[in-house]
Amino acid sequence: MTTFWPWLSLAGLGAFHGFNPAMGWLFAVALGLHRQSRRIVWLSLVPIAIGHAISIATVLAVVVAFGAAMDLHSFRLAAALLLLGLAAYGALYGHSHRVRVGMRTGMAGLTLWSFLMATSHGAGLMLVPAVLSLCLADHSGDLAIASSLPVSLAAVAVHSGAMLAVTAAVALAVFEWLGLAPLRSAWINFDRLWTLALGATGIVLLVQ
Amino acid sequence: MATWRPDPSFYPSPRMAAKAPRETVAYVAAFDPERARPDAIAVVDVDPTSPSYSQIVGQVDMPNVGDELHHFGWNACSSCLCPNAPHPHVERRYLVVPGLRSSRLHIIDTKPDPRSPQIIRVIEPSEIAERANYSRLHTVHCGPEGIYVNALADRDGNAPGGIFLLDHQSFDVLGQWEMDRGPQKLAYDFWWHLGHDTMITSEWGTPDTFEDGLVPEVLLGSKYGRRLHFWDLQKRKHLQEIDFGEEHQLVFELRPAHDPTRAYGFVGCVISLKDLSASIWTWYRDNDQWAVKKVIEIPAEPADPDLLPPVLKGFSAVAPLVTDIDLSMDDRFLYVSCWGTGDMIQYDVSDPLAPKETGRVRIGGIVSRATHPKAANGALNGGPQMVEISRDGKRVYFTNSLYGAIDPQFYPDGIDGWMVKLDVNDGGGIAFDENFFVEWPKGHRPHQVRLEGGDCSSDSYCYP
Repeated sequence: MTTFWPWLSLAGLGAFHGFNPAMGWLFAVALGLHRQSRRIVWLSLVPIAIGHAISIATVLAVVVAFGAAMDLHSFRLAAALLLLGLAAYGALYGHSHRVRVGMRTGMAGLTLWSFLMATSHGAGLMLVPAVLSLCLADHSGDLAIASSLPVSLAAVAVHSGAMLAVTAAVALAVFEWLGLAPLRSAWINFDRLWTLALGATGIVLLVQ
Repeated sequence: MATWRPDPSFYPSPRMAAKAPRETVAYVAAFDPERARPDAIAVVDVDPTSPSYSQIVGQVDMPNVGDELHHFGWNACSSCLCPNAPHPHVERRYLVVPGLRSSRLHIIDTKPDPRSPQIIRVIEPSEIAERANYSRLHTVHCGPEGIYVNALADRDGNAPGGIFLLDHQSFDVLGQWEMDRGPQKLAYDFWWHLGHDTMITSEWGTPDTFEDGLVPEVLLGSKYGRRLHFWDLQKRKHLQEIDFGEEHQLVFELRPAHDPTRAYGFVGCVISLKDLSASIWTWYRDNDQWAVKKVIEIPAEPADPDLLPPVLKGFSAVAPLVTDIDLSMDDRFLYVSCWGTGDMIQYDVSDPLAPKETGRVRIGGIVSRATHPKAANGALNGGPQMVEISRDGKRVYFTNSLYGAIDPQFYPDGIDGWMVKLDVNDGGGIAFDENFFVEWPKGHRPHQVRLEGGDCSSDSYCYP
């Protein structure tokens, strides 16, 4: 039972990322509307999920590599400071980036876009406490690459699966039934929620 | 400051924006051609239920003289809802007001009291020169990467002119927009097709050829701008140039279709060297290239040379001088200002390659001096110029001055400023609102109009 909550939090964060319009469902809907095709909405989900998964997998790989090389206490501290720093940056400066991918993008461009959005918003870092607790479940205070790798891969799969499911559900609901009008009122400030989530994750790491 | 909910003036699509509530105030750039007193942004009451309807109810003066306020824009607009770069929680709140002559940028807050806007920041020309290498600031558009401002010259007043970016919250100058400008040298207007990842720019000339008025030798030598440039909006790279040919001079205002799935738009050409006519051209997608076609030609009108200014005497005709155009939100009606003859013409452009005239009014004009029911003196000067359409397409506002140094070349007796409003019939047809005539206070001339909450030349959209 002790290893149940990290999986649940990985899936929950996947759902949270999936709900965020800036992580892809809105782009899928827009591309479907432009090309007047439900198929395009479905097809777009694939590169969006792949780009997101590559981003978090890369971040987790780097984190696990550092984790194996450092002692656990300084690793936690470093990861927590990174998360808090990212949260502070988001709160102070927002998320303005060079826009590299436009409405005529193909599937490769969409993968790149999803990768960049997830990476620049720190999507992978948000998963560190959950993955860390899974990696440490069988060992007492020791992060070993050999056992961490399969756990991390499973974490990426669970997170991305949940993210894809929610992205698909929201994209479909908006494309088929809701339309774009709710964007005007229901689009709450995800950037702010995201910043809070990053900050909370950093604090969890500090006190864990 | 970010908000929890999107700004209520942002609309995903032009169809939704056309249902926006009616504007109650208009912001109008006003400048002193003598450069003796500060230019200003005036606030005009456009709410017909208000006792001060059709009056200037507020004004914010610039801190310097001689800016020559011209065009201006909002810090943020409906493009903030775009899926590839969403920033929906930025407020549409600040007017970004450049001086065309001074190259100074003013950021004006309209929020605490829309009728009493306040300057919150002034960006000096040196900062823009330092960070972006540009001067002579012209058009402002809010867009996917922040605020885009174009400039007619580099910091020393030479070609090339181009575009630079401002952060839409901090207003810091982020730098030159172009990464590969190809053959582009001259600048005038710019806008884009967000659905086609395409930026379009047009051409006027370098400051030495307009800051003291139009130079006849440059015009007759076909040395003013006559080209359109198409760019990759994301790669910021020049893709294609279209030359309108030696006959056509001054390719000005760009009005792409608002529907982001449509790949066409309209541009006005001020004058033909062959017969002084003005023309409207449609650009459109032709396989993998952009193409243009002249779709409207407005002929010059024969006139008694005694009634003409020196530049036109020899031709015995009034040039129409199409200096501004504007496209309704539903992409159905195009409004064309003929600053020379005094006509404001409405065309149905449902078929963008075959416009049909659906309405016409006349006011002012070099020879006609047509009046307005509410005007006091009965012989108005200046002509229809900067034109703006309400989002629902039911109201059209325009003013009568072009540019300080050019106004006296065509209106040697001077221009007394005015602002008027047209009411639009649903199926086409336009008529003056007889209760709306702003006799502009002496000492200032009105130029661009921006409407509260956005208008038909302020916002671009990512969804059809």
